[in-house]
Amino acid sequence: MEKTLQALVDECRDTRGNIVSLLRRVEDHFGFIPEDAVYWLSRALDIPASRFFGVATFYSQFHLKPRGRHTIRICRGTACHVKGSEKLISRVLMELDIPPDDDTTPDLTFTIEKINCVGACGIAPVAVLDDEIVGNATLHTVLNGIRELKKRS
Amino acid sequence: MSKEVLITVCTGTGGIASGGEDVLAAFREALSSAGITASCRERCRVQRVGCKGFCSQDVLVDVAVNGAITTYRKVRPDMVARIVSEHIVAGMPVAEWVVDGSYHAFHEKQKKVVLSHCGVIDPEEIQSYRAVGGYGAAERAVLSMTPEEIIAVIKRSRLRGRGGGGFPTGLKWELCARHTADTKYVVCNGNESDPGAFMDTSLMEGDPHSVIEGMIICAKAVGSHRGYIYTKAEYALAVKRLNRAIEHCYAAGFLGKGIFGSDFDFDVEVFPAPGAFVCGEATALLRSLEGKRGMPSAKIWRTAEKGLWNKPTVLNNVETFANIPKIIEKGSQWFSRLGTERSGGTKVFSLSGKVRNTGLIEVPIGTTLREIIFDIGGGIEGGKACKGVHIGGPTGGCIPAARFDMEVDYESLAQAGSMMGSGGMVVLDETSCIVDTTRFFVGVIQGESCGKCAPCRIGTKRMLEILERIAGGRAKEGDLELLEELAHSIRETSLCGLGMTAPNPVLSTLRYFRDEYEEHIRRKRCRAAVCKALLTYSVVESACTGCGACKRVCPADAIRGTRKKPHRIDANLCVRCGTCLDACKFNAIMKV
Repeated sequence: MEKTLQALVDECRDTRGNIVSLLRRVEDHFGFIPEDAVYWLSRALDIPASRFFGVATFYSQFHLKPRGRHTIRICRGTACHVKGSEKLISRVLMELDIPPDDDTTPDLTFTIEKINCVGACGIAPVAVLDDEIVGNATLHTVLNGIRELKKRS
Repeated sequence: MSKEVLITVCTGTGGIASGGEDVLAAFREALSSAGITASCRERCRVQRVGCKGFCSQDVLVDVAVNGAITTYRKVRPDMVARIVSEHIVAGMPVAEWVVDGSYHAFHEKQKKVVLSHCGVIDPEEIQSYRAVGGYGAAERAVLSMTPEEIIAVIKRSRLRGRGGGGFPTGLKWELCARHTADTKYVVCNGNESDPGAFMDTSLMEGDPHSVIEGMIICAKAVGSHRGYIYTKAEYALAVKRLNRAIEHCYAAGFLGKGIFGSDFDFDVEVFPAPGAFVCGEATALLRSLEGKRGMPSAKIWRTAEKGLWNKPTVLNNVETFANIPKIIEKGSQWFSRLGTERSGGTKVFSLSGKVRNTGLIEVPIGTTLREIIFDIGGGIEGGKACKGVHIGGPTGGCIPAARFDMEVDYESLAQAGSMMGSGGMVVLDETSCIVDTTRFFVGVIQGESCGKCAPCRIGTKRMLEILERIAGGRAKEGDLELLEELAHSIRETSLCGLGMTAPNPVLSTLRYFRDEYEEHIRRKRCRAAVCKALLTYSVVESACTGCGACKRVCPADAIRGTRKKPHRIDANLCVRCGTCLDACKFNAIMKV
C-alpha cells in the first residue's frame, strides 16, 4: 500500500497540496479511502489526519468504508422524486436484504447509493447500474439489471 | 446519383440512456453493408451530437438528405435497417416513425442561442465546432479587441449571471479587470447540483467548446492566464468531453502559450469535484478548488477582488460563458433585444416533472410560464390538473398555476417568492402533494447544509422535523406559525446564499397552498394521496377478480384471500408501499 500511496502523492506534486485531488486518486484506486492510507499520508506529508478526514467526510463521493463490487445509483432529484424514486429505493433495498442504516450488502456485492441528480431528468426516474443508465426505471427493470450484474460477476 | 447524407444521433445523457450509442453503431453498420458509404464516400456521414432537447422522445435521429431534414423519434437499433433502405437508399422517409406535431410545437416558441449548436454538432470533434464558426469570436477578441472593448460589449448586452444570482456579467469582469494583481483566475461553475436541473451538464456534454471559448474571451478581458472548470465527477460524460475538447484546443493552438498566434497565454483545466451541493456557492466553490472543505465564508470581499488563493477571480456559470462567443459574434444589440429591459438574452431551462414534453428548452427572458408549460411543454401528462411549477431547485419556490401569466425574469420570480436559480423547472400536478415536495426539498437542503452556521445547520433540521410531523399526521396547532417564524429567521441570519434561500420552498408554498397544509394538520388528509401515514389502501371488492397478483407481490404479507374471491388488505400489517396498486390490472386497489 505504501508504494501505491507514494505513487499517488508523486502524481499530485504540482497541485499545491490539494487534498481533494489526492483523496480522489486514493478513492479511485482503492474504491474507498482506507483509514490506514489517511494515517500514512498524514505522516508522509506532515498534514494532520483531521484535515484529511475533514475533507473526506465533507464530500458525498468520498467513502471511508469498503463499497460493493457493483454500485446501483438511484437518483433522488426532484424530477425523479415526483415520479416515485423513493419507493424504488426502498423496494430495491428490501429486495437485496440490505440492513437498515446501511447501503451495502453484507457480502460486498452491491452498494445502493442515492444521488442528487444524474442530469437526465427527462427520463425520470433514473437508475445507474455501474455505468449503465436505466431511464424510466421501474422496480422490474432495475431488478433485472441487478440480476444481470450478478450473473456476470 | 449523388446524395449528401448526414445522420445525427442524440447522445446526451438521456440519449445514451435510451440506447443512443447502439443506434449510432447500428447506423454505421447498416450504411457500410448497404454500400452507401462506399458509393458516395465522404458525402455520407454519421455523427453523434449532444442533447437535442426533447428527451422524452429519445433516441432522436435527424436524417438530412441533400439538406432536407427528417427527424425520427424513439429510434431503436432494430429500426435502423428500414430507415436506411427506405429513406436513404429509396428516398422515401418512414412516415410512421417521423416526429409528430408535438415535436414542432416544442420547438416553435423556443429561441436557441446558447443551445444553437447543441444537438447539431459533434461535441467530440473540434472541426465540427469550427465548421459553425466556432472560435471565430475568441480569435477576434484575442487578436483585435482591447479588454475595455470586450467588457463594453458584454455590459451593453445586459447579460446577467445565469447561475441564479443574476449579477451583471460585464460589471463583474470590469471589477476584476481593474485589479493589477500578477495572477488572476477565470473559473467556470459547473457544479450543477440542483436536483431537477440538467442544463449545464447538457451544455458541457453537447457543446463543450462554447464554454471554453467563452472562458478564453473572459481571460483576455480581465487579463487572466489560468482557468478552471469546476464540475462534478459524477458527470463522467461531461468531464470526458471537456477534457477532449481542451486537448483539441491545445493541439490547435487555441489554448496554451501564445494562443491564436498572439502573445497571450491561457491554460484551462477541468476539476472534477467529489460532490457537494453547497459548492455551487461562490466562496465554497473556491475553497473546494483549493482542496479544502467546501465551506462558504462571509463575503467581505467580492471574488472579483479576492477569490481563488486570494487572487482576483471571475467566477461565472457554464451557461453564462456559453453566451459570450455569441455576443461577440452577433453584437450586444442583437443580444439585449432578445430579452427584457433589465436583462438581455435567453435562458435555458430543464423542463421536467409531470409535463408531457420533458427536456431541455431555451426561451427569451420574459416568456410567460403558460407558454413554457402549455405550448412548449404540451401541458400535463394524462390531462390532469396542473398545480404549479417549482423553479430554481430545492432553494427555489413554487409558483401556482393561477400565476402562470407571469413573465419569467429575475425580478418577477423573486417577487413571487421563487428564484431563477440555475433554471430547473419541475411541474407538479394534482397527484403531487405540496407538503411532500416541500419536505423533500428541505430534506435535500438539510442534508447539504455544510454546518458552518447555526441558522442553516439547526434551523433547516427543525423545519424538516415540523414538515415530517405534518406529513406524518402528527402535527399540532401552531406548527405552521412556528414554521413560518423559523423560515424568516433562517433567511435573515444565515451566512451564505444556501441558508438565505433555504426557506424559499416553505414560504412560497405556505403563501400559495396554505389550505393544503391545514388539511394535513386538521383533517389528517392528503388530497394528492402521497403522504404515506395519511393513506389507507383497500380492495374494491366489486372490481377484484381474486387473481392474487397483489398477494404475491406484497412485501409485508398483508393481503389475504382465496383465489377467485375478493382479497383483503390487513391495515395493521400494510406498510403502504403501493406495490399492490402497481401490480393490480383491474384497478381494484384504492388508496385514500
